[in-house]
Amino acid sequence: MRIAWLVLKKDLTVEVRSLEIAYTTLFFAISCVLFFAFALVKEGKAPEDGAAGILWIAIAFAGTLALGRTFERERQSETLRALLMAPADRPAIYVGKLLGIIALLIAAEIVLVPLVAFLFQAPLLSHPFWLAAVLISGTIGFAAVGTLFSAMLVRARSRDVLLPVLLYPITVPVIIAGVRATAELLQPDVELALVRFWVMLLLALDVVFVTLALWTFEPLMTD
Amino acid sequence: MSIDFQELTAEDVSRHFGRRKALSRISFQTRTGSILGLLGPNGAGKSTMIAVLATLMRPSGGAIHYGTYTSPAAGSALRSRIGILGHDLFLYPELTARENLAFFAGLYGARDANGAADAALARAGLADRAHDPISSFSRGMRQRVALERSLIHGPRLVLLDEPFTGLDDASTAALVARLRGLRDEGAIVVLATHDLDLAEGLLDEALFLRDGRMVDAVARPGALRSTYRSIMGRSS
Amino acid sequence: MPKWFMPLAGLTAVMFAAAPFIIARADYESTMGLVQKIFYYHMPSASMFLLSAVVCGIASARFLFRGSPRQDRVAYAAAELAVLFGAITLVTGPLWARKAWGVWWTWDVRLTSSLMGWMVAWAYLLVRKYGGPGSDKLAAGLALFGMANAPFVYISVNYWRTIHPKTSVVPTLPADMGTALWFSFVSFLLLFTLLLRLRVHLEEQRAKLDTLYLAMDE
Repeated sequence: MRIAWLVLKKDLTVEVRSLEIAYTTLFFAISCVLFFAFALVKEGKAPEDGAAGILWIAIAFAGTLALGRTFERERQSETLRALLMAPADRPAIYVGKLLGIIALLIAAEIVLVPLVAFLFQAPLLSHPFWLAAVLISGTIGFAAVGTLFSAMLVRARSRDVLLPVLLYPITVPVIIAGVRATAELLQPDVELALVRFWVMLLLALDVVFVTLALWTFEPLMTD
Repeated sequence: MSIDFQELTAEDVSRHFGRRKALSRISFQTRTGSILGLLGPNGAGKSTMIAVLATLMRPSGGAIHYGTYTSPAAGSALRSRIGILGHDLFLYPELTARENLAFFAGLYGARDANGAADAALARAGLADRAHDPISSFSRGMRQRVALERSLIHGPRLVLLDEPFTGLDDASTAALVARLRGLRDEGAIVVLATHDLDLAEGLLDEALFLRDGRMVDAVARPGALRSTYRSIMGRSS
Repeated sequence: MPKWFMPLAGLTAVMFAAAPFIIARADYESTMGLVQKIFYYHMPSASMFLLSAVVCGIASARFLFRGSPRQDRVAYAAAELAVLFGAITLVTGPLWARKAWGVWWTWDVRLTSSLMGWMVAWAYLLVRKYGGPGSDKLAAGLALFGMANAPFVYISVNYWRTIHPKTSVVPTLPADMGTALWFSFVSFLLLFTLLLRLRVHLEEQRAKLDTLYLAMDE
């Protein structure tokens, strides 16, 4: 675990120095939301559940971009190789990277949620605790698979295109659960039992995905 | 668990990628306190051999013995005794020299990462640039930091892949002195290079590779260039 | 090729030749008439699709954790068969649905889950083809995640449209159609076995060729 913390600290330090990934991902996410607004809004009103869907799509697209950029950085000086050379448990490296990605995505979400609420008159902030639960559990699931696949793809060809190809079909349940839960939270009379169901599903998915990733990280990274 | 070894043995090591043979039945043995050179033209398999010795790649055939240990069995403890300097340097350009060294020291389990980093910087003669980002360093200075990074955990086996690339005379001389120092301290140094003039006088043993095959092995090589030419000149 | 291959191939050919007759003799379904008979192709294909996916997942796990190259070949072959049988399922399904429900596609739980599973199988093939070195391990990881994901996909799609799960839209079978269905099912199962064996054999030959090539200038 100490190793995971070291890796996370290093990633955050590197990121804070240049903020390159943070700015570009954020800008991309905002453009995404605006794009969807222009495409879907008719007579000044978004389609029903539009706000929830747009939010999650923006998160997914921005997340894919951030994943690609983060591992591209590791590829440049072959530092991923250096990390693998260390006598550290490989899964610890995965955890460190995973936490970094989650932090980045949460930061993006903190900006996106008010933006979407504002643009689509959606009362996203009416149940902040539940919304946070939905966003965090969904982000963990998405990031768990994304980090693993990106790490695997570092040495592959066509890696930019292959990441979405691998990631999107697998993360369909995350998106479905996330959108449904968020949409329910936007209803005038929220049925909390339903939201709780989706959050439970997401948490179960997180446990399964993270466990599977920890299990397979070592064999997937050795040559 | 800490392990150590006194000899390094490659036994019939082969490695192929699909149909391309990168290494073909390479065997050699070397002990502590010696510098072994892997010499050969580009594409001879030197970098692949370094990667296999570093346990980054598994051989398709044969095995590497680190004393009595072999790679898959010994696992991560073995990696703590190996240091590698590739020609990609493995440094984070956005971090300072000190941060880079401290990070890797921590990764290798040093109790006082910052202290180890400072000591390494002093050895490299770069203590005054400790807080500058690596991106501001010249190639020679980066090389020095990268070398210290690869040695920060006091490895038994030191692997260097084309370390002299892009260095000026002063840096080269410093590197040669450092390698000799390592050898005297008892490390096993394996050096892959195609720069024969530099290798001369530095190597205790030399392996000549061509197309993945070991063409010859020479102990106490002298007059490397002519030896090289005559060995490579023999048609396969 | 193992000894059982040719006799089994012969048997399968006979069964497939006989199938149209057996299907024709099964009772006509009252509301849908002839089109219902697509079901005899659709249901076995769907089962084979599921079987291929499971075989691919298990072989991928064994390949990743034991490193057996034969399991890698089986996984690759199974993924191809998954795409094949999945395609048949996703084409015959809508053809049936148009007649039965009046629409080509509905976001029914089984349809949607099958479509997602099919996409994962496609992704597997794309990775194998375009991934470059190390793509065998990559694809194996994908297959494992796909398999682990399947229950979540099913649950989430099930509750996606409505809170209350619908009862299955696949009609329960009257006994007299049972024979025809079992016959089709067994035929497809034999076909699956043959195709899998054949495809693995092809990969084995390829691997042997690589080994010979490598040994050539020893």
